[in-house]
Amino acid sequence: MRTFAYERPVSLADAVALLDSHGPSTRLLAGGTDLIIRLRDGSARPGMVIDVKRIPELCPEIRERDGVLTIGATTVMADLAANGLVRRHFEALAEAASVVGSVQIRNRATIAGNICNASPAADTAPPLLVYGAVVVAAGPHGSRRIPISEFFVRSGLTSLEPNELVVAIELPVPASLTGAVHLRRTRRRGHDLASVTLCCSVNEAGVTRLAYGSVGPKPVLEQDETHVLANPSAPDDAKQVVLERMFAEASPSKRSMRASPEYRMAMLRLLGSRAMRTAIERLAEKRGAQA
Amino acid sequence: MSGVIKTLPIEITVNGRRRTLEVAVHHTLLDVLREDLELTGTKECCLVGECGACTVMVDGRIVDSCLMLAVEADGAEILTVEGLARDGHLNPLQQAFLDKGAVQCGFCTPGQLMAAQALLVENPHPNVAEVQEGLAGNLCRCGCYYQIFEAVLSVAEAGSR
Ligand SMILES: Cc1cc2nc3c(=O)[nH]c(=O)nc-3n(C[C@H](O)[C@H](O)[C@H](O)COP(=O)(O)OP(=O)(O)OC[C@H]3O[C@@H](n4cnc5c(N)ncnc54)[C@H](O)[C@@H]3O)c2cc1C
Ligand code: FES
Ligand code: FES
Repeated sequence: MRTFAYERPVSLADAVALLDSHGPSTRLLAGGTDLIIRLRDGSARPGMVIDVKRIPELCPEIRERDGVLTIGATTVMADLAANGLVRRHFEALAEAASVVGSVQIRNRATIAGNICNASPAADTAPPLLVYGAVVVAAGPHGSRRIPISEFFVRSGLTSLEPNELVVAIELPVPASLTGAVHLRRTRRRGHDLASVTLCCSVNEAGVTRLAYGSVGPKPVLEQDETHVLANPSAPDDAKQVVLERMFAEASPSKRSMRASPEYRMAMLRLLGSRAMRTAIERLAEKRGAQA
Repeated sequence: MSGVIKTLPIEITVNGRRRTLEVAVHHTLLDVLREDLELTGTKECCLVGECGACTVMVDGRIVDSCLMLAVEADGAEILTVEGLARDGHLNPLQQAFLDKGAVQCGFCTPGQLMAAQALLVENPHPNVAEVQEGLAGNLCRCGCYYQIFEAVLSVAEAGSR
């Protein structure tokens, strides 16, 4: 590994000032599960590494206020998966966090690192899209809120400016009862990125939201306003038509060594139907529990 | 290598002993444990977070020490495989690994032990699936998975008696 300057700011203002003055030659370091590998293989060669883990504003904290859950940028997957509030309101996000890598990886991998790395296979991306997350970013001109659907640009690129960093992720607690699930297809648990990731939610109003990743340059979000998918008495072929329309954005790469495009599309359809069924079941369970 | 190698002072507690060290900022915790502190029980292998041979506990949680800079461990409490035995006696997991034949070449063993230790602290009575999940980040090239799971389960059972 090449050497670099290591900075460990203890305030957001200091971190932003460092980013602003050293710009493109810096790299932010959170859990390091993506970055350390890139520093070692030379695909990232920053002059300065800025460790964000001692910035109080980014601290690993999950709190709920006025119907919004705020997750600190450096919250790790293990804590996300175990958190009671996340499990209650955002079960699919807890599921996604619980399948990232291994215990060792989940103890280090942060939520901000997962989305900022902008891998099309990032496991938290589909649930964050489905739940309508908002990314809170800070830069020299203060902070701004970026809807997650505008955050991912393409593989490895987000809509963050070079002098901005992610402070927290906000999730609006769903106003109506919602059943949701995160599914994925991998070759081997604990060591491999997914060849398909998919999250589906269904709410009481009959709206189905579906987000999927690993089948194109960025994760995709679709919404079924026709209520056909959520309708238990709608015929299967009507549902298939809607699902197919939702998968129109999928464009799996021919060059991937993980899975062929044909395989990914087949798995996307399979996971899509499975996730639909599970989301509907979970919604029914919640209704039952309320009655 | 570009420019001068930058170093920083860190203070860490390793297996109960306080250490003050000057470390290169681009050296991993694994580098420092093995090279600066000569604690070679922790193994270096894939260096990409896939094999778990470098597993150590940092503030009570297992991590792959190949994916963490030593400077990030400043102020932390670290437990390595060398810290498991007490007063010359193997800890129950180490003994169980020997008894169940869970050690073939032994290269993965330190990492497996650290992962198993963390699992049992968090969940003293895991079922087979939970042991498999807890150790999913540790590969064994010799393929002793069955014996390793047996060893971990036997310690869990002994604890419940
Ligand atoms: C063995 C292994 C298995 C893995 N399995 C999975 C998996 O199953 N699913 C999955 O989704 N991922 C997986 N990953 C990838 C990785 O663990 C995750 O993407 C993780 O969430 C990254 O977070 P981190 O904190 O480690 O990021 P880092 O490596 O610290 O950073 C990643 C990127 O994000 C930037 N960044 C970090 N924090 C911020 C911030 N606050 N603001 C702006 N930019 C920031 C960094 O500059 C860097 O470019 C795996 C990795 C390994 C090594
Ligand atoms: S050497 Fe660290 S995980 Fe393989
Ligand atoms: S005993 Fe040889 S690698 Fe596990």
